[in-house]
Amino acid sequence: MSNQKNNDNKSNKKQNTKNMKINEWPRHGIQALWAFITNSHVTGFVTGKIYTGKLKNACVPGLNCYSCPGAVGACPIGSLQAVIGSWNFKMAYYVVGFLIFIGAMVGRLICGFLCPFGLIQDLLNKIPFPKKIRTFKGDKLLRKLKYVIFAVFVILLPLFLVDIMGQGAPYFCKLICPAGTLEGGLPLVLLNKSMRSALGWLYIWKNVILIITIILSILIYRPFCKYICPLGALYSVFNPVSLYKYRVDKDKCIKCGKCAKACQMIVDPVENSNSPECIRCGRCKKACPTGAIQCGIRKTPDRL
Amino acid sequence: MNKLKTSKIWNSKWPAVILMLVGACFMGYGISRGELAVVFTKAINICMECVGIG
Repeated sequence: MSNQKNNDNKSNKKQNTKNMKINEWPRHGIQALWAFITNSHVTGFVTGKIYTGKLKNACVPGLNCYSCPGAVGACPIGSLQAVIGSWNFKMAYYVVGFLIFIGAMVGRLICGFLCPFGLIQDLLNKIPFPKKIRTFKGDKLLRKLKYVIFAVFVILLPLFLVDIMGQGAPYFCKLICPAGTLEGGLPLVLLNKSMRSALGWLYIWKNVILIITIILSILIYRPFCKYICPLGALYSVFNPVSLYKYRVDKDKCIKCGKCAKACQMIVDPVENSNSPECIRCGRCKKACPTGAIQCGIRKTPDRL
Repeated sequence: MNKLKTSKIWNSKWPAVILMLVGACFMGYGISRGELAVVFTKAINICMECVGIG
């Protein structure tokens, strides 16, 4: 009897997961609008020249290569490496301050809403494939890799691996960043003959990384954000303390598990509503049948 | 009791507000010592490393 009940519950849960269709297009609309605003130098895509106006003094909050022909702002990770690797500054107060400010305000909401490379991965993951991978053995451990990449490629290498002038290269951009290849490398090389003649092993290597990222993005939800992105790693530290937070009302929560099932970053909001892995996309909030999940900058009531 | 107090402090707005102030101060200090010029120079020139040329 109890076995039958368990089976019924299991099949109900399976049915619920199958029926759980969450409309994400409003969020994708915001992502696309932001991607357009921060890449609005449209003529660059025709002339093959990048924007050189004063707006490039300012960093954008998401991962957006400043060598993209359309980019009107500076990539924070590229800027951070540029300042750390410069001969006269070894601490990047401006960029670090910017990242602390944004992180403390909204945490990884930036990943969910204002990162163009996040949007690209979101859209790639919508491509149908017979067997999508939700999680795998070693997933949790692999998520720590982004912190290692941040420490090694963004901070330590540009700081210590320097040339005779005392300048360090932006090693993350140079050796890893697929966003730079997609947004800057491909369009610039296609539009500039002189650049085509300068291509070498590095360009091939970066394109291999880009192709792997694209394939993995079809199979796994946001693999770059989960395992590689140093910007996501930095913002993730602020998730538990940021002004903008997610909250679960324990009185309203019926522990149905729908929020955890809806989460593509494999976070259980009931367990930790401000997990460092949460990109604050709002899927859990939409999936909750009782409206127990809230978000915003409101003060937390005592019962939560 | 102490744990409850600590968790209340972390759940309040204050840590975020303080961090935002620290961030703003850092930004101001960075701008005052001329870091913006490095960011600007890097951003207005094609970053050969970023595009994969070298």
